[in-house]
Amino acid sequence: MNFLTKRAGGIALAVTAGLILSACGSSTGSSASPSTGSGASAASGPLTITFIPKNLGNPYFDTSDAGGKKAIGELGGKYSEVGPQTATPDGQVQYINTASQQHTSAIVVSANDPKAIGSALNDARAAGTKVVTFDSDTDPQYRDVFINQATSEGIAKIQVDSITKQIGDAGEIAILSASANATNQNAWIDLMKKDLAANHPNVKLVDVVYGNDDDQTSFDKTAALLQSHPNLKGIISPTTVGVAAAARYLSTSDKKGKVALTGLGTPNQMRKYVKDGTVKEFALWNPADLGYLAAYAAAALAKGEITGKAGDKFKAGTLGEFTVGDKGTVLLGAPFTFNASNIDQFKF
Amino acid sequence: MTTRTYLEYSRPLWRRLLLNREAAVIAVLVIVVLYALMNVQYFNSKLTLTFLVLDVAPILLIALPMTLVIVTGEIDLSVASVVGLSSVLVGILHQGGMSIPLAAVIALIAGLVCGAVNGYLVAFVGLPSLAVTIGTLALFRGLAVGLLGTKAVTDFPQGWTDLAKAQLGGTGLPLITLPFLVLAVLFALLLQFSAFGRGIYDIGLNTEAAVFSGVDVRRTKLILFMLTGLVSAFAGVFYTLRFGSARGDNATGLELQVIAAVLLGGVSIFGGRGKLAGVIAGVLLIGVISSALRLQGVTVNIINIIIGFLLVASVVSTSVLAWVSDVAARRTRQGTRPPQTPVGVGTQER
Repeated sequence: MNFLTKRAGGIALAVTAGLILSACGSSTGSSASPSTGSGASAASGPLTITFIPKNLGNPYFDTSDAGGKKAIGELGGKYSEVGPQTATPDGQVQYINTASQQHTSAIVVSANDPKAIGSALNDARAAGTKVVTFDSDTDPQYRDVFINQATSEGIAKIQVDSITKQIGDAGEIAILSASANATNQNAWIDLMKKDLAANHPNVKLVDVVYGNDDDQTSFDKTAALLQSHPNLKGIISPTTVGVAAAARYLSTSDKKGKVALTGLGTPNQMRKYVKDGTVKEFALWNPADLGYLAAYAAAALAKGEITGKAGDKFKAGTLGEFTVGDKGTVLLGAPFTFNASNIDQFKF
Repeated sequence: MTTRTYLEYSRPLWRRLLLNREAAVIAVLVIVVLYALMNVQYFNSKLTLTFLVLDVAPILLIALPMTLVIVTGEIDLSVASVVGLSSVLVGILHQGGMSIPLAAVIALIAGLVCGAVNGYLVAFVGLPSLAVTIGTLALFRGLAVGLLGTKAVTDFPQGWTDLAKAQLGGTGLPLITLPFLVLAVLFALLLQFSAFGRGIYDIGLNTEAAVFSGVDVRRTKLILFMLTGLVSAFAGVFYTLRFGSARGDNATGLELQVIAAVLLGGVSIFGGRGKLAGVIAGVLLIGVISSALRLQGVTVNIINIIIGFLLVASVVSTSVLAWVSDVAARRTRQGTRPPQTPVGVGTQER
C-alpha cells in the first residue's frame, strides 16, 4: 500500500510533467531544428526583433511596444515582447540571455539599470544580436543605438512655452517637482529658469516645491502653494505623478480655471482634467512613435544598413528619415502636446 | 541509510532506491530535459546550460540549508531578505572603497548574524519560525532598502563580475557550480550521514522524543538557522556580482521559489522527511521548465502559472495519495507499516 502511494505520487508528477511538456510543445510548431550554437551572425536569418520593456503590464510600454509591433509588421519581421513582472535589472537579464540563446536579430530594451544589464547585453552582442535601447539608456558601450524620446532642452522648453502662453507671458508661476535630488528633474528646472530669465522677463518663478512623486504629498504641496502665493497664475509639474495630483487638487478648488497647470503627464491620468477644463494642455513624447522608431532602428542595424555611428541615416516608415547623432543617439523629436482635441487617441 | 522515513520501512533496497519521491523527481527531470533537448529550439547549447545554472544558482545554494530547516519542521522565510541585505552591504562597502573579498566576508558575517537572530528567537525564545521569519523577512529587507534607498550600486570591477559568470573551461558550466557542489556534499554528509543529521530528522518526526533521546534541539535549530543565513548571504554576494547590481530589492520573492523547490523535491513541510538529491532535482526541474518555456517565447505570467500548478499538484498529490493509501491500508488491515507509525499527511495521529 505504501508502494501504491509512492508509485502513484510518481505518476502524478509524471502526468503533471506531461502537461507541461505539451504546453512547451504546443508553441514549438516546426521550430524543431536544433541550433548550431556557433554564434553565427543573426543577420543571415529572418528578421526577429524582441522588445524587452522595464516590466510587463505597464500601459506606457504596452503603447510603445505596440508601436514597435506595427513597425515590425511593416518590415515583414517577427515581433515578440518579453520581460519581467517587476521593473528590476536582474529580471531583464534572463530575457536578454534568452534572446542571445535564440540568436534574435535585435532586441529593443528599456534598461532598468544603466550598468547592471550591460554584461548580459555584451553576451547578446557577442552572439550577433543588435541592441537598441529606448526610453531608458544603458551606458553607451553596451548598446548600438539609443532612441532618445526627447532632449532636456526640448522638455524644458515645451513646458515653459505652454505655461507662458496660457498666462499671457506675465505673472507668478511655481514648479511642483518630484524629489529634490532627482537628476533629470533638476536638469529640466535649471533649463526652465534660464529660458524664463532670457525670454520671459515678466514671468516670475516664485517657488519650487517637491512632492516626492507621491500622490498625497504632491496634492498637499499644491494646496500649500496656492495658499502661500495668492497671486500665482501658473504651475509647471514636470512629473506624471505631480501633474496628476495638482490637477486633482485644482479641479475641486475655486482656483480651477484661474491657475494654469501644465507639465509632463500621461493621457490616462490627465484625460479627466483636460475634459473638465482644469488643464488645457500637457506634454510628453508619444510612446507609440518611440517604439515604432526603435523597431526601425533595430531592423536597420540587423540588416547592416547602419552601424550606430554618428551620421548614419535610416528611414523609419511614416516618421521619415532619422540621423544617428553623438554617442549613437537617435532623437525622436520635440515632445508631443496633448490637449482636448487629441487626447482620446491615446490609451496609456 | 539511516533516515527514519517510515514510508520506506522494511522494503527491499532496490525498491527503496527506485520507488520513492526523490527518484520520481529525478526521473521527471531527466524526461523534461530529454524532451527539451529534442523539441525546444536552441535548448541544446552550452549557453543554455550556463544561463540555466546561473539563474538557479542562488535557489540551489539556499535550498541546501533550507532543506535541513524544513526537515526539523521549521521554516525560514527571511532568506531572500538576507540575500538583499548581503547584496546591499557588498555594494555599500565596495562603494566605500573596500575590496570585494573583504566586503563579501562582512556580508557573510552579517548573514550569520541574521540567521542567529532567527535561530535564537525560534530555538531559545520558543517562538514559531513562521512568525519569526515573516518578521525578519520585513526587518532584513527594510534594513537593505533603508541602507541604500532606491539607489543601486553598479560600479563593480569587471574582473569580479566576469568571475561570477565565468565558465569551467569549455564545459558551459559556470564557476559557481564548484562552491555549490562542495556545499551540497557537506550538507548531504551533515544531513544523511551524521549523528547531527539523525537528530534533524528526529526533531522533525517528534521533537519530544528527540529531546529524550539526547538530541540538543535548541542547539541544532540555532545552527541550522545560522547556516541558512550564512549560505543566503553567500548567495547574495554571488547574486550581486552576477548581475553587477547591488539593490535593496534584489531577489525579492526568492524565498518562495526556494521553499517551493524544496517541497517539490519531496521534503515534507511537516518535517521529518526528505533528501537533498530530491531537492536539487526539484530546483533544476523548475529551472529547466522556465528556461525551455522562455525559449519558446512564453511570457513570465504563464510560466509562473505553470510552475505554480506543478508545485500545487506535486504537494497535493502526495497528501491525497497518502490519505488514500492509508484508508486502503486500514481497510485491508494488511498495511506494512508498523502500528505506531505517524501516518501520512492528511490524516490524524492517533
